[in-house]
Amino acid sequence: MAKKVRQHIISMIATAGSGHPGGSLSATDIITALYFKIMHYDPHNPGWQDRDRFILSKGHGAPALYAVLAESDYFPVEELTTLRKLDSRLQGHADRNFTPGVEMSAGSLGQGLSFGIGIALAARLDERDYQTYVLLSDGECEEGQIWEAALSAPHFKLDNLTVIIDRNRQQLSGWTRNIMDVEPLNEKWQAFGWHTIEIDGHSFNQILAAFEEAKTIKGKPTIIIAHTIKGKGVSFMENNVEFHGKAPTAEEAERALEELG
Amino acid sequence: MTVEASTREAYGRTLIELGKQNKDIVVLDADLSLSTMTHFFAQEFPQRFFDCGLEEQNMIGIAAGLAASGKIVFASSFAVFASCRCFDQVRLCVSQPKLNVKIVATHSGISVGEDGTSHHAIEDLSLYCALPSFTVIVPADAIETTKAVKAAAATYGPFYIRLSRPKTPLIYHEDHHFIVGKSITLRPGKDVTIIAMGIMVAKALQAAQKLATQGIDSRVIDMHTLNPLDAEAIIKAASETGAIVVAEEHLAHGGLGSRVAQVVVEEKPVPMSFVNLKDHYASSGKAEELLRRFGLTAEGIEEAAKQVVQKKRSFLPGDA
Repeated sequence: MAKKVRQHIISMIATAGSGHPGGSLSATDIITALYFKIMHYDPHNPGWQDRDRFILSKGHGAPALYAVLAESDYFPVEELTTLRKLDSRLQGHADRNFTPGVEMSAGSLGQGLSFGIGIALAARLDERDYQTYVLLSDGECEEGQIWEAALSAPHFKLDNLTVIIDRNRQQLSGWTRNIMDVEPLNEKWQAFGWHTIEIDGHSFNQILAAFEEAKTIKGKPTIIIAHTIKGKGVSFMENNVEFHGKAPTAEEAERALEELG
Repeated sequence: MTVEASTREAYGRTLIELGKQNKDIVVLDADLSLSTMTHFFAQEFPQRFFDCGLEEQNMIGIAAGLAASGKIVFASSFAVFASCRCFDQVRLCVSQPKLNVKIVATHSGISVGEDGTSHHAIEDLSLYCALPSFTVIVPADAIETTKAVKAAAATYGPFYIRLSRPKTPLIYHEDHHFIVGKSITLRPGKDVTIIAMGIMVAKALQAAQKLATQGIDSRVIDMHTLNPLDAEAIIKAASETGAIVVAEEHLAHGGLGSRVAQVVVEEKPVPMSFVNLKDHYASSGKAEELLRRFGLTAEGIEEAAKQVVQKKRSFLPGDA
């Protein structure tokens, strides 16, 4: 399934002529695992109150989410090629007004975790058992609001909230350690009161084990630092910051799809 | 004698009433609950109150998450922090998705007084009126505050309600009929219309009394809702009185004056005059001292009304 999702991502962005392949490909395995192995939801009833919630805070990773939602039957797979076009339901950055299954709009980084905290608090108020998952990027951890939220989720003892950091080590203009170093990430989140897990974000076994472990942690939220590779799966996009926010040409897309074959 | 009452206390008391009626009412604050008066609700319903600490941006996101889960969320802070500090969060997480979040901001304007320039929210209305999905209300007194807060709870969608630090004169009685977006003509008049909001409404009424003794018959409108604006009342005032003064405790641009002028220019151009802070930041001082310094007084409105009537007469010779 992850391979299929990556193929969709390449085709969608190439057809659109713009978009963010690098961070979509790095997050693919995490989002795929959540929707196909972990979360409970009903694609034909997106508003089902007991569904698990996934919030894509790194809104530029929208193509990965759209591909997974389409494959999960929220909307037809054929619609994926409308990405970024006028009147499409698939906006450049994820937008809850447009797309069935998108829990929250994003695109101004650093905001999804706070929203997730609100969702998790509502679960407690309503005595519902659903889980809330929030996916952040590592560059996003440079936003101040992330650390406001990091402080408050353990304060509210939200053990129904799990955060994943797509730690692909790159952001728009280069390596994160050169732009604004976020390390040591693990120690920072631990110091803020989170249960932390570090995994290879491209190993399904490790991803699934981490989500299972998160469910057993009581009294505090869990954060999974998933070490990933930007552009994962396409040799010339891997660790190539050029493909943070650039669409592949038709020829590049063809090569990419061959590799993902 | 003028009876005064606190708009923020009215807010705090109303929240308790709403909380008793509806278990989906949830209240957030950012370490200012003793001043915003949300502490009444916190004492009564501790499970449904969340102090977000000094994290206004995070508070707005949390409010949006709760609202997306079916809660009616009131989020409070001082107006300066509830607008400028978290504007991007309000835009992305509340306005664009049109979520059911009510931002009730206290300590607005220069009547905050001694705390100084950093604490004077005089840009907030411009910011909130720029957001298409927001209903923006500035109640004139404590009774109108109670009505506005209840209306916000009963109406789906984002609201910004702006309250004051000092007590303000009571204008209305308990039977006050409040409708969102429908202004109130407090005094009829044919020579000039004074359109005011918040603490300026009581001053507008005082000014109208003084103007009457000088032969100027002033209409006074409480334009409590800035968005959606009551264009009908504005056009009627422009047509029937031919001159308009707008009085507000806000900078010149983007607030009530700008909004009324837009309607007047498009529908019924007449001379206008503005009582506001122009382009100035204030300073520390007592609320009354600052309001006097910047002409946000009954006398300031009176003067502006005389000027605009003069202008009207010079535009239309013989129409006196």
